[in-house]
Amino acid sequence: MSQTAAISMTPPSGKPQWKKWLSLDNRYVPPAFITLILLAGQLSFGILESYERTLLAIVTAVVTELVLGRIFLGKWLNVASAYITGISVGILVRSPAFWPFVVAAALAITSKYVLRYKNRHLWNPSNFGISVMLFLLPSSVAMLSIQWGNNMASMVVIWLLGSIIIWRLHRFHISATYVISFLVLAVVRSWIIHQPWLSEVSPITGPEYQLFIFFMITDPKTTVRSKKGQCIVAFFVALLEMFFRLDQSIYAELYALFWVGPIAIIVEMWLDSRRVKPPAGTAALTAATAASRQS
Amino acid sequence: MKRGAIARAILYVFFAGLIAVPVFLNRRSARRGDSVTQADMKAALNRYGFYLTEVSKQAGINFVHQAPVLDSQLEPIMPEVASMGASVSIVDYDRDGWLDFYVTNSREGSKNALYRNNHDGTFTDVAPQLGIADVNQIGTGVSMGAVWGDYDNDGYPDLFLIKWGKPVLFHNIQGHSFADESTQAGLPKWINANTALWFDYDGDGKLDLFVGGYYSEDIDLWHLKTTKIMPESFEYALNGGRKYLFHNLGEGRFEEVSAQSGISSRRWALASGAADLSGSGHPDLFVANDYGVSELYVNDGKRFHEVGKEAGVGFSPKSGMNVAFGDIFNQARYAIYVSNISEDGVLIQGNNLWVPQDGGSSKFPHYANMANALGVELGGWSFGAQFADLNNDGNIDLFLTNGYISLDRNRSYWYDFAKVAAGNSTIIGDAKNWPAFAGRSLSGYQQKRVWINDGSGQFEDVARNVGVSDTHDGRAVAIGDLWNNGALDVVVANQNGPVLVFKNRVDPTDEWIEFHLQGTKSNRDAIGAEVTLYWNGKKQLQQVAAGTGFAAQNDLRVHFGLGKDAKIEKAVIRWPSGVLQTLDQLKPDVQVEVKEPQ
Repeated sequence: MSQTAAISMTPPSGKPQWKKWLSLDNRYVPPAFITLILLAGQLSFGILESYERTLLAIVTAVVTELVLGRIFLGKWLNVASAYITGISVGILVRSPAFWPFVVAAALAITSKYVLRYKNRHLWNPSNFGISVMLFLLPSSVAMLSIQWGNNMASMVVIWLLGSIIIWRLHRFHISATYVISFLVLAVVRSWIIHQPWLSEVSPITGPEYQLFIFFMITDPKTTVRSKKGQCIVAFFVALLEMFFRLDQSIYAELYALFWVGPIAIIVEMWLDSRRVKPPAGTAALTAATAASRQS
Repeated sequence: MKRGAIARAILYVFFAGLIAVPVFLNRRSARRGDSVTQADMKAALNRYGFYLTEVSKQAGINFVHQAPVLDSQLEPIMPEVASMGASVSIVDYDRDGWLDFYVTNSREGSKNALYRNNHDGTFTDVAPQLGIADVNQIGTGVSMGAVWGDYDNDGYPDLFLIKWGKPVLFHNIQGHSFADESTQAGLPKWINANTALWFDYDGDGKLDLFVGGYYSEDIDLWHLKTTKIMPESFEYALNGGRKYLFHNLGEGRFEEVSAQSGISSRRWALASGAADLSGSGHPDLFVANDYGVSELYVNDGKRFHEVGKEAGVGFSPKSGMNVAFGDIFNQARYAIYVSNISEDGVLIQGNNLWVPQDGGSSKFPHYANMANALGVELGGWSFGAQFADLNNDGNIDLFLTNGYISLDRNRSYWYDFAKVAAGNSTIIGDAKNWPAFAGRSLSGYQQKRVWINDGSGQFEDVARNVGVSDTHDGRAVAIGDLWNNGALDVVVANQNGPVLVFKNRVDPTDEWIEFHLQGTKSNRDAIGAEVTLYWNGKKQLQQVAAGTGFAAQNDLRVHFGLGKDAKIEKAVIRWPSGVLQTLDQLKPDVQVEVKEPQ
């Protein structure tokens, strides 16, 4: 799922160390948040296929990240983002077998190293891993859909916590754009297919979407840079999702992000390349920014 | 540089390999599904030791189930809300030594049928003349199932009719007629139930009755005051029907004691089974709930204690639709089979095979789900299942029926189902928010499973090879030796479909023995009695039960397959009264009548 954790958000150096850890501005907040969701969900509702399978996905993602990072980037990478990918696979993938958790997690991390364009990886890792598994092996793999108890209380808690965290990470606008677009397009879908509006709204009230909205579409590594661009991309994800939904695709939002995400990045790169060459100082800054995007 | 290129090449190969894994497995899975062919009887007998021939027409059985038609406000999703009601219970109602069976119908005005065994391979519906056919009259609700138990110990099994509506207790008057004793028994006016069973939970020698509600009992499904009748959650629903425990006071009177006995759940019960799982000498109660976790009520002789979570069976919520007990490893311990839903790419709950583990609590066993390891996990939208030694080889096999709603083969409701089921309780709980079915199927036209047990912990599906190839929407499975020939036959009740009778032909070199128990101090039907048979260095545990599977009841006689050249050492019977009885000098291939020692 998200690489949100990998953005460097180190507090000003003058801040005491304990404040750094208590602050929301550190890279471990998203992993902590998703772990909290996992534990709360598992302890209260038993959301996981099993602890073993989730652990397997996490270990696979972390080990793959460490090995590939060491080989191809020459360093031991921080595993926060791999942890989020692993835990996302562990929560979202539903399968009675163990191996899909290994393959999906390994696929997700490996895709970052293989599917690159101009030194950027194109797909959100967990979106890629899960989508490929769902598409290629429907007989053994499904995705979480209904495991938070379907009640209002747990939904409100997750929405509130998620919104606060995503706000602090300056990515709330992405989630908000997507949610608004989804709700508006739900009206359109409802009108087209003559079904109750609430049935079209229903999916977004489920846990799968909460993870999707807070962790997947906000991934800084696989979103465009500008705020406006991010909002446009979020809208297009919702729009393509609408068409997938009209085609009765159960995992419409995943598949929509699967297509829109990489296309948006490629378009952004293309637009960048058409821009007038910046002055030397700015060019250095751009290069530094680009370098920081590699992981 | 060169090293880097090699590393990158390896990376690409690794990535391609990861992609190839699901592609390969998907193709292999598809090939495996296609490769199963129907075999002829001779080949099946040689290879598997049995063959099932569907003989309902030859047997004179032409019963076709009709689904309920509920309040018109539910019309858009009628196939879903009216998706149950087909049931079958095997019983020797007239004590002629030949098994009969009762099937339910579920449309207002439709008739149930009691097929009397004519001893020549044919059956005749005698329900109308006995007064137990016209039981779905307008205003009284419709049938969902039936369980038979001799509650007054007069020797003739009585009938409790499970309904969405007014439950009915029929007293069997010596096999000649039935009298409605519901009022005297003190039954409630209305229950929307799908499961019930007879058992003597307090060991007083009189059969008590458990009933598990599905829809809340204050809902009249034909006259809705609100459309908010659906489960509040697909997996955590607590707004279903209540449970009832009717304690038999004697003389046809019952007292409802669920609350004081520790049973107060409002989960959506679909199946239940009673067996002494904890080894206390008292029957425990296992309830499989739709939209939630299963419940295990351990009976300490005075009160039930729900220990599902502690026992390992009540944590992961699924869509429980079946409870069957079977000593699958010949260890004199029951495994429990609970059916759930699996649909490729949408919902892979998997069925549960709860196997008791060593080192559980002293008060109850701890279970692990071994369905995947043993090969009985995926059975589509599974409903009724029963354990039975179908090929008399001495190992307990498993027959599973499945298929939810078979309408238009080319259009599926799964997308809409998943869309709403994922939602908040305020959306899922109101029927008016559910998209219309519009003739679509939902896990329809599914192939049944007949899993044979190889004795070493693996089950193999041989359904089509042994003659089970129908794709009706199966609900209930009941098993008994209908032809009195030492082979267990299978009756399947299908929703909106025909009753199928599978006559079993077994390799005659595989031997068997059947016990017909009669309680004296215990209840006369000996329900709850356990028989442990020792032969050829093996042992196997079975019990007499009145209500297992889904909406089904098996033959009360206990049947053991023995394999070839059987040398029976002994049979140990533990009667519900606690009396232990050992039988020796038993010969195979006979039915043994056993009366409880005074």
